Amino acid sequence: MIALELALKLAANKNRIAGVDFMQHDPRALSRRRLLASVAAVPILAASADGRTISGELPWSPFAGEPPRPVNPLGWYFFTPGEAATVEAIVDRFIPGDHLSPGGKDSGCAVFIDRQLAGSFGQSSRLYTKGPFMPGLPTQGYQGDLTPAGRYRLGLWALNDYTNTTYKKDFRALGIDQQDAVLGGLDGGKIKLKLKPGFSTKEFFELMLQNTMEGFFADPLYGGNKNMASWKMIGFPGARYDYRDHIDKHNQPYPKGPVSIYGQV
Amino acid sequence: MLPRKDAVIIGLGWTGAILAQQLTEAGLNVVAIERGPYRDTSTDFNVAYMQDELRYAVRKDLFLQPNVEAMTMRNTAAQTAMPMRDYGSFLPGHGVGGAGVHWNGHTWRFWDSDFSIRTHLTQRYGAKKIAGLQLQDWGVTWNEIEHSFDQFEYLAGISGKAGNLKGQVQAGGNPFESARSREYPNPPMKMSYAPTLFAQTMSGIGYHPFPTPSANLSQSYVNPLGIRMGQCTYCGFCERFACGNYSKASPQTTILPVLMKKPNFEARTECEVLKINLTPDGKHARSVTYLDANGVEYEQPGDIVAICAYGLMNVRMMLLSKIGQQYDPVTGAGTVGRNYCYQTSSAARMFFEGKHFNPFIGAGTLGQSMDDFNGDAFDHSKLDFVGGAGINCVVSNGRPIGNRPTLPGSPRWGAKWKQATVDGYQNSMGFSAQGSSYPVRENYLDLDPSYTDRHGRPLLRVTFDFPENDIAMSHYLSDQMEKMTKPFNAKVATVSRIKKGWDAVPYQSTHNTGGAVMGSDPKNSAVNKYLQSWDVPNVFVVGASAFAHNAGLNPTGTVGALAYWAAEAITTQYIKNPGALVHA
Ligand SMILES: Cc1cc2nc3c(=O)[nH]c(=O)nc-3n(C[C@H](O)[C@H](O)[C@H](O)COP(=O)(O)OP(=O)(O)OC[C@H]3O[C@@H](n4cnc5c(N)ncnc54)[C@H](O)[C@@H]3O)c2cc1C
Ligand code: SF4
Repeated sequence: MIALELALKLAANKNRIAGVDFMQHDPRALSRRRLLASVAAVPILAASADGRTISGELPWSPFAGEPPRPVNPLGWYFFTPGEAATVEAIVDRFIPGDHLSPGGKDSGCAVFIDRQLAGSFGQSSRLYTKGPFMPGLPTQGYQGDLTPAGRYRLGLWALNDYTNTTYKKDFRALGIDQQDAVLGGLDGGKIKLKLKPGFSTKEFFELMLQNTMEGFFADPLYGGNKNMASWKMIGFPGARYDYRDHIDKHNQPYPKGPVSIYGQV
Repeated sequence: MLPRKDAVIIGLGWTGAILAQQLTEAGLNVVAIERGPYRDTSTDFNVAYMQDELRYAVRKDLFLQPNVEAMTMRNTAAQTAMPMRDYGSFLPGHGVGGAGVHWNGHTWRFWDSDFSIRTHLTQRYGAKKIAGLQLQDWGVTWNEIEHSFDQFEYLAGISGKAGNLKGQVQAGGNPFESARSREYPNPPMKMSYAPTLFAQTMSGIGYHPFPTPSANLSQSYVNPLGIRMGQCTYCGFCERFACGNYSKASPQTTILPVLMKKPNFEARTECEVLKINLTPDGKHARSVTYLDANGVEYEQPGDIVAICAYGLMNVRMMLLSKIGQQYDPVTGAGTVGRNYCYQTSSAARMFFEGKHFNPFIGAGTLGQSMDDFNGDAFDHSKLDFVGGAGINCVVSNGRPIGNRPTLPGSPRWGAKWKQATVDGYQNSMGFSAQGSSYPVRENYLDLDPSYTDRHGRPLLRVTFDFPENDIAMSHYLSDQMEKMTKPFNAKVATVSRIKKGWDAVPYQSTHNTGGAVMGSDPKNSAVNKYLQSWDVPNVFVVGASAFAHNAGLNPTGTVGALAYWAAEAITTQYIKNPGALVHA
């Protein structure tokens, strides 16, 4: 029953997903390139009957690259408000704010995860998703039929189901020590959530931890790592591309701070 | 049915580009059919946004995606293979340039003893030493193929230091390498702190470190085709990324600017070859069938077909086209799918205090290596294994999503995690042992009985686990690495140890070898010493699929050499007198 509900919810969600990340642009970018080739009458790019044939010249078409688009920081694309609040609480326990950096929430990790789930990552659109689905060996990797979006939807529901049964409260309403205890239980295998075959509690935990760290350490254009806080924290200079002036300055601190792809300094 | 071509090349990666260049030079009319898009430096490898770890390294934007072609895997034939729903352990390439776009650039030559491994080991240790391993000679000798290595290295502008020039050992190079005819085309790269410390420390205890031969260029260079490459900037976004600086050797930076301008060459991109069509007797390839981006099917006839689709895909293409006989691990009959090998690796990591390693100053192949425990450089007579590993201290990157070492035992989240991350980032360095992988009867490739691709064709099935010999080798290397960490006086040093059960999830290496191995006997090899199919002589199968075993070295130097070697056989022998070049 739960599964059916979820499936419906997911389907509903799919329709309000806005294409926000580059991975979804692949097909469109290709057709745009093919279109350019055919309308621009560039002789070297004959969009001929036999596909894309290139001969006699190095092909070049204007605007062929696909620069990433920075996410819009406002609102939620995938999460319901309740889910968003839960995820904000979780990322703040994974990455608590302190003298080293702001916390996961203020760094934008929940926004990052939301945008990822609304895009091709969330839909597994580039993965192998054909059945039959059968339990695999640990060495064979994830074999479930739920996409990351589906795993979050089910996992967050099951997390609150667990805390309501145990503490009579949603996860986000727990004190931080209780939240840490619950997350530690998911991590260490002491708590088993009501998930489904092929999707374990440990897998849910690892997915959230991985995505939180991705958000914290990725370029800020994806919604997390606000003000490059994580890069400043560890001393990673970000999108700089030339270290020839420092390569032989052994064991000396690198003097420059980070830059991001869209030029934050 | 399209107009006939002299040669049809399947895949336009490293090997496809080399073959296309050499065959068109000889005057042949050549078409290369490539599944992925056309990609080039100025348009797609943009220095303004190439430094995107999430997009390229984590979401793997440039790689082959499993929805296009996946594979299934299992460790033993008793298990049911499951699809790798996401690629993890290895990451095949996609698009023009193939995996050559986003490789590291460690560019090695296999050793003379590799090409005649069975003869060599039997002479030195007796046949009993290698019982249980399907080690076999490659059918080609070092002296025959040395000039092909040289061709690839000069094409790619490899930066390194010779260790053995015509038999004379050279200071500063690798004393264990096989004799080379001339120096590398470019001097070694400048070294950052960690490899420098590694080399000093290892020399101090009597080992022989040298700069890792690198396809990241130490200086600007004009290659023999007249193509100019730039100096590497140690940007740290190299492997998994394309180079925005024209500094990493790839088909784009070394061949395509010349090849694409030739009137007798044509590239068809976003076109997937489905199969090679044979004449009814199965002894001659007539044409290839491919789908274009709109799903329209075409038949392209050709006199020669070269399969250059990456080792694993080469094997699948042969099986789908019924070229050669499927290997059977029970009876040992058949050759296609035989001697599949991988890489057997482990790593050491050390933590210090108060250091500034600056790991973000890196390049795919910025480092120091040593071969004291590689191949047969050390005496195995008292050891219970054959083979070895290259030890590499390479600083490729400090990208923080994937590369945040913390002291062993540190938490993975929470306030203490954060402090451990800050402490570890500047204070840690590592090195690794990239070990050989030797063939055994039960490791092989075939077609999966249940899972299919988007066109309904069976996926390739990989049945692989680390053989006992390789595990013993790797554990010995881990023991040696433990000793090697001592003189560094690190606060903490850890060394990993390999376990049975190859895991398809964490990245290990895109060094899949074998499956269509070369040799002198059609009973145990799928192609002859010129990479020509024994069964269908107008088909050449080019790539690491031809390796009869894998050494403790990255494959592409040898893959490039084999591509030149096969191209030379086609242009100097085959086109004059089409047919089998070797009569078994
Ligand atoms: C992250 C990474 C790091 C690496 N680092 C190193 C290194 O440091 N040193 C080293 O030696 N090697 C390294 N390698 C391996 C190296 O990239 C490969 O050995 C090399 O590219 C193989 O050349 P190839 O021509 O056989 O295959 P590729 O270069 O991959 O080319 C094969 C081409 O065939 C195309 N193709 C496949 N199937 C079809 C089909 N059905 N129809 C049409 N086209 C098809 C593919 O799209 C691809 O473009 C690395 C690989 C990766 C992924
Ligand atoms: S490290 Fe050097 S070769 Fe590699 S991508 Fe950066 S500039 Fe290019």
